[in-house]
Amino acid sequence: MTWTDLKSDLAEASYIASNELAMALHLSLHLGRPLLLEGAAGVGKTQIAKTLAEIKGTNLIRLQCYEGLDSASAIYEWNYQRQLLAIRATGDAASGDEIEDKIFSEKYLLRRPLLEAIQQDTPPVLLIDEVDRADEEFEAYLLEILSDFQVSIPELGTIEATCRPHVVLTANGARDLSDALRRRCIYSFVEYPNRTTELAILAKRQPGLNARLSEQIVGFVQALRKEELEKKPGVAEMLDWAAALSGLGLNDLSDDPVTLQATLVCLLKTQADQAAIPTEVAQRLAGKAA
Amino acid sequence: MTGFMAHLRYNGMTVGVAETECALEALTQIDASDPAQTRLALKAICANDAERFDRFDELFTAYWFNTGRERSRDAKKDERPPEKNRWSNQSLFDQGQESAGAGTQDLPDDSDDGEASHSGDGKLIASQMKNIDKADLREFMKPEDLPRAERVAEQIAKAIRDRRSRRRRAARRGASLDLRKIARRSVATGGEPIELIKRTKPDRPVHLVALLDVSGSMTVYSRVFLAFLKGLMSADQRTDAYLFHTQLVRISDALRDGDTFRAVNRLSMMAQGFGGGTKIGTNLELFNAQYASRCVNGRTVVLILSDGYDTDPPEKIAQALARLKKRGCKIIWLNPLKGWKDYEPVAAGMAAALPHLDLFASATTLGDLAALEPHLGRV
Repeated sequence: MTWTDLKSDLAEASYIASNELAMALHLSLHLGRPLLLEGAAGVGKTQIAKTLAEIKGTNLIRLQCYEGLDSASAIYEWNYQRQLLAIRATGDAASGDEIEDKIFSEKYLLRRPLLEAIQQDTPPVLLIDEVDRADEEFEAYLLEILSDFQVSIPELGTIEATCRPHVVLTANGARDLSDALRRRCIYSFVEYPNRTTELAILAKRQPGLNARLSEQIVGFVQALRKEELEKKPGVAEMLDWAAALSGLGLNDLSDDPVTLQATLVCLLKTQADQAAIPTEVAQRLAGKAA
Repeated sequence: MTGFMAHLRYNGMTVGVAETECALEALTQIDASDPAQTRLALKAICANDAERFDRFDELFTAYWFNTGRERSRDAKKDERPPEKNRWSNQSLFDQGQESAGAGTQDLPDDSDDGEASHSGDGKLIASQMKNIDKADLREFMKPEDLPRAERVAEQIAKAIRDRRSRRRRAARRGASLDLRKIARRSVATGGEPIELIKRTKPDRPVHLVALLDVSGSMTVYSRVFLAFLKGLMSADQRTDAYLFHTQLVRISDALRDGDTFRAVNRLSMMAQGFGGGTKIGTNLELFNAQYASRCVNGRTVVLILSDGYDTDPPEKIAQALARLKKRGCKIIWLNPLKGWKDYEPVAAGMAAALPHLDLFASATTLGDLAALEPHLGRV
């Protein structure tokens, strides 16, 4: 499979990827390296992992990172409650060794995403979302797992991977990632889509929309991203807005200034941003987009 | 291919043997005779952050299509006096190690003492710097003193930030039960969980955001402060640093640059206008608008290093600070003039800022910088 095939596969699954992204994904699949994606919120970083799982026909295992994430919630944890119950239930009948073997078996192991990902029959897509939110210590641990694909549990021994998952990491720039992690990954920076790409995305996701309104929506959102906003509307917001407009039965943006203004809640998510785009500005942008 | 990698390395990409190997492997996966494809493939492998991602195309064309690109680093290398090499021992050490394999760079190797002081604790450093920590920073104007002051400033900063964090740990009172420990202890009581051990989250270090004024009136101090910031940065990936004079520039990446020569180059390029006038109010507003939403929250300490001489109207500073304050951060203003005898915050900007500050401290001597420690610790 070449990278153009991959790109068209993605397009079929409703994900329009840029050349850079498609190539990076292609290489990461074929070289077995993790793919690190950076970019503003709402450019479709998470979505590509979902789409990849879809076209590969495998599971998507997702690990959402947050501050304070530790190995107990990322890799494995013993199910202590069950273990305690098991000890009580066995009573004095069994010998110590028997109980020990029993409660430290895989039955009492709680698998967390990373362990689960390497124990599948078919290679799943492992999405490690917003890795920059996790602590630096976790990053170091992640490096180890991503290079060896094995987890050692003191009571059970080393668990070898039955498959190598396709790993996709995303980052928003909450902090800088370490060079060591970057160097192990194939990297791509995901930008907001350009006009043509965004039109294609909209056409895929909202097939029923009339061409003129689509043009206007994309033009408006593209112009809006150039304004000084605290939070720029991403692709998901654009799609929401398109759905809202078509749901309201609007056929032309310039028809109904009041509805236009009212539906901007789909795009502008802070109070300051809403104040920054009053009706006049919205009309000017809509006029340009038309 | 090796030649291209050397070219990239020369232009500041962190690529090593592993990348070369990976790139060669990648070329077997695509149609290597098509330059567009090759470019995309190599870009994905060699460019590993947003800035390099941007620059890659240019470098690629320069090498393979020979349009020639001035190697800016080379030209400037000779201008700098050798003692500035000490700007950062630690990073030189890293760099020296990295390039040893590649054999492309020959850097002075004074890394031993840098390494030793890094692993030591703040107290050791304190005794070492005793002689110079009381002196006003203005006295370090002789070129041979400056690197020393810079080094000490950097070490103080590193010592301040050097706190190992541990995640949840056992505690007498805490939010959740530490079942692992309970199960272990219950062995003694025949599997009966009698002693309940809890765990809690330890306090976390605060995030630092530093804004350094490099206007004319601050020239004397800015070198040492920059070194201080560099030390703060290197210990913690969450620290952010900005320079401002009439414009605001983010320098976090430049300060983290492992290659000292390049870091200095990048900084001097960014700081054009270094030593000119100041627009503190405007810059704070800019900071609010562009960066604050991303990096300032309730656990942030915003450090402003400035003397408060401003060409903007004072209300502007007050407004900007008030807005910043709303994000829940702490604001510390370090003023090098405050250490002077009989200093009064008469500069209009400074007076306007005062009500919004959590701490207004002096930064006249290195000792003052060290005294910041309790405020930059934990929340």
